Amino acid sequence: MPDMKVNEKHVTVGKQFHDDPRMTMRNVNVFYGEKQAIHDVSIDIGKNEVMAMIGPSGCGKSTFLRSLNRMNDTVEGCRVEGEICMDGESLYNTKLDVVELRARVGMVFQKPNPFPKSIYENVAYGAKIHGLADSRIDLDEIVENSLNKAGLWKEVKDRLHQPGTGLSGGQQQRLCIARAIAVTPEVILMDEPCSALDPIATARIEELIKELSENFTIAIVTHSMQQAARVSDRTAYFHLGQLIEVNPTEQVFTMPEHELTEGYITGRFG
Amino acid sequence: MNNSAENLRRIQKSLKKRYFVERCFLWSGRAAITLGLLAVLVLFVDITSKGYGAFRSTEILLDIHYDADALGIDNLHDEKQLAFADWDVLLKNALREQFPDASGRKERKQLYGLVSNGAGFDLKERLIANPKLLNTSEKVWIIADDDIDTYYKSWLSGDPYAERMSEKQIQWIEVLDEQGAIALKFSKNLFTRGDSREPEQAGIWGAVMGSLFTLAITFCLSFPIGVAAAIYLEEFAPRNRLTDFIEVNINNLAAVPSIIFGLLGLAIFINFFHVPRSAPLVGGLVLTLMTLPTIIITSRAAIKSVPPSIREAALGMGASRHQVVMHHVLPLSMPGMLTGAIIGMAQALGETAPLLMIGMVAFIVDIPQGFTDPATVLPVQIFLWADSPERAFVEKTSAAIMVLLSFLIVMNMTAVWIRKRLERRW
Ligand SMILES: Nc1ncnc2c1ncn2[C@@H]1O[C@H](COP(=O)(O)OP(=O)(O)OP(=O)(O)O)[C@@H](O)[C@H]1O
Ligand SMILES: [Mg+2]
Repeated sequence: MPDMKVNEKHVTVGKQFHDDPRMTMRNVNVFYGEKQAIHDVSIDIGKNEVMAMIGPSGCGKSTFLRSLNRMNDTVEGCRVEGEICMDGESLYNTKLDVVELRARVGMVFQKPNPFPKSIYENVAYGAKIHGLADSRIDLDEIVENSLNKAGLWKEVKDRLHQPGTGLSGGQQQRLCIARAIAVTPEVILMDEPCSALDPIATARIEELIKELSENFTIAIVTHSMQQAARVSDRTAYFHLGQLIEVNPTEQVFTMPEHELTEGYITGRFG
Repeated sequence: MNNSAENLRRIQKSLKKRYFVERCFLWSGRAAITLGLLAVLVLFVDITSKGYGAFRSTEILLDIHYDADALGIDNLHDEKQLAFADWDVLLKNALREQFPDASGRKERKQLYGLVSNGAGFDLKERLIANPKLLNTSEKVWIIADDDIDTYYKSWLSGDPYAERMSEKQIQWIEVLDEQGAIALKFSKNLFTRGDSREPEQAGIWGAVMGSLFTLAITFCLSFPIGVAAAIYLEEFAPRNRLTDFIEVNINNLAAVPSIIFGLLGLAIFINFFHVPRSAPLVGGLVLTLMTLPTIIITSRAAIKSVPPSIREAALGMGASRHQVVMHHVLPLSMPGMLTGAIIGMAQALGETAPLLMIGMVAFIVDIPQGFTDPATVLPVQIFLWADSPERAFVEKTSAAIMVLLSFLIVMNMTAVWIRKRLERRW
C-alpha cells in the first residue's frame, strides 16, 4: 500500500470555494463523542451545482453530508463545530429553524427507509406536513410528478395504496428519492442513492440529477467514480475525515492534484 | 490450514451433534407447552365441574293465589301498602295448600323453609308488573332455599346430602318430584343480582359491574398517562441523572407489593381527598397507580423497537419531533403498548389486596349504577364467597371464578382484536 498518511496540518488542495455559493462551510469539525470524524473541512457548494463526494469507506462522507441538514443533531453524542451557512445564514448558531431547514435541504439516505405506509402516503407525507397542497387533486399531482421524476410511476401507479415497504430495494430507494423531491427542496443531499439500483434505474436517477441541477443544488456521495464523472460539476475527495482535494470533476479524474486522490481514483487503494 | 476435504469431514461430523441439540431443544419446548396446557386444562375442568351447578338453581312450582285480603292491600299504586304487605303469606298459603299434612309449628316452619326467604319479593314484582293478577291464581316457579337446592342437586346425582334436611322435607321433595313440580332452572339471579346472605339469592352481577366500572377508570387513566410518560421519557426527555433516577424508580414501582398501593390510596384518596370509600372511583385510582409502571415500561419497550431509520426519514423530511411521534412512532408502537395494557388490565382485574384496604370488601347488595356507588369487584366477591360457611356458596365461588375468567378472556380478546386491526396496517 502506498503512503496513506495525511499530514496533521493538511491543506485542502484545489478549488474548494465558489463564487456564488449556496452552502458554505468553514473549519467544520464533527465528533462522535471523543472520536473526531471530520477534521477541519472548508468548502463551498455553489448554486445549481452538483457536488460529488468520494472517498474510501468510513472516511466521513455520510457524516459530513448529514451535518448539512443537521441530521447529526439526532445522533447522541455527536457534536458539530465550525461554521455552516446556507445563503449566508448560519445553520447552527442562529434562529434558523431546523424544521424549515430540513424542508429546504432534503435528504436521501444511504439505506432506503420508506415509511411503513402506502406508497402514496410516503410521497405525500412531506407535502402534507408542510401544508404544500391545497386540495386532494394538488396532492395527487405532486405524488404523480415526484414518482415520475424518480422513474417509479410506471411501476407503481396501479398499487399506490399498497405498502411502500413491499417494494424491492431499488424501488424503495427511488420511492425515497420521490419523497424527498416532492417538497421541492433547494438543496438535495444524496447518500449513495444508487447503491441498490440496477444500471437502468441508475441511469434514470442520473438523468434526474441532471434535470434537478437546473434548479437545485445537489450534493451526492457515491462510490462509483463513473457516476461522479457523469453527473457532477465538482468532486471532493475525503480521506480519513479530511478533505483532501476539491476540483472540477474532469480535472479530478484526469489530473488529480493530490497523490492521495490519484491513488484512490487509479484504484491503488480505497 | 485444513484442506477442504478435511473441513468437510469435520462439518459432517458436527452436523449430527447440532441436530441432536436442536431436537432436544424442540422437545423440551414441546414438553413445557404440554405441561402448561395440562395445568390450564386441570384448572378449567376442576372449576367447571365444581361451578357449573351454580348456573342452575332448584325451583318449585306453586299455585299462588294473589289474595288481596291476605296481603292487606286494596290499592296497588299505594307504595306504602306495598311496602308493608307481608308477601311471604302468599307462599305460605300456597305451600299449606300443597301439603295439608304439615301440622304443628315445627313442621310448618320446615314447610315454609322449602322456598327461599326472598321469594316473596319476586311475587311482589310479578304483581306490580301485571296488576290484573290481583285476586286471581297462577302457577309460578318459586326459587327454593339453598339447603333444598343442595339436597336436590345431590339427590339427582345419586348421592344425596341430607345433613341439613328433615325427614318431612325429604318426603315433600319426593312428592314434588313425582308431580314434576320441582326442577332445575337457569339461575337468573346469578346474573342479575348483587351479593346476598342467602346463597340462592346471591348474584355476581354487582361484582361484574363493580369490576367494569373500576377497570374503566383504571384504563382511562393509566393508558393515556402511561403512554404519555413513556413517550416523554423516550422521545423528549434529556438523558441525565434526573431521568435515570426516574427510570430506576419506575422499575422499582413495578415491584412494589400491591397492598402498599392500597394503603397509599387509603391515605391519599380517601383520607386526604375524601373520595367516597368502597367506590369504583377510588378502586380505579388505586389500580391506576399499580398498573402505571407496567404500562410505562412496556410502552417504552414498544417505542424503542421502532426502527431509528423511520424516525430519521421523518426528521429528514422536516417533520417536527411531535409529528414524528404522532405520525410514525405512535402508530408503530401502538400494538406493543396495547400488549402492555392487556397485561396491566389483567393484573388489575385479578387484584384483591389493595381493594381490601379501601373498603371494596364491604357486603354490597345493590348493583352499582355509577363510579361513586359502593361496589365490590369479582376477585373480592370470590374471596367473600369462599369464606362463607353455607355449602351452596362453594359452587357459587367456582361459578364466580368462571365469570371472572370469562371476563378476562373477553377483555383480552377485545384487546387482541384491536391490536390485530392496528397491525394490519402493516
Ligand atoms: N453514530 C456514530 N457513532 C460513532 N461513530 C460513528 C457514527 N457514525 C459514523 N461513525 C464513524 O465516523 C466515521 C465516518 O463514518 P461515515 O458513516 O461518515 O463514513 P462514510 O464515508 O459515509 O462511509 P461509507 O462509504 O462506508 O458509507 C467512521 O469511522 C464511523 O465509524
Ligand atoms: Mg456513508
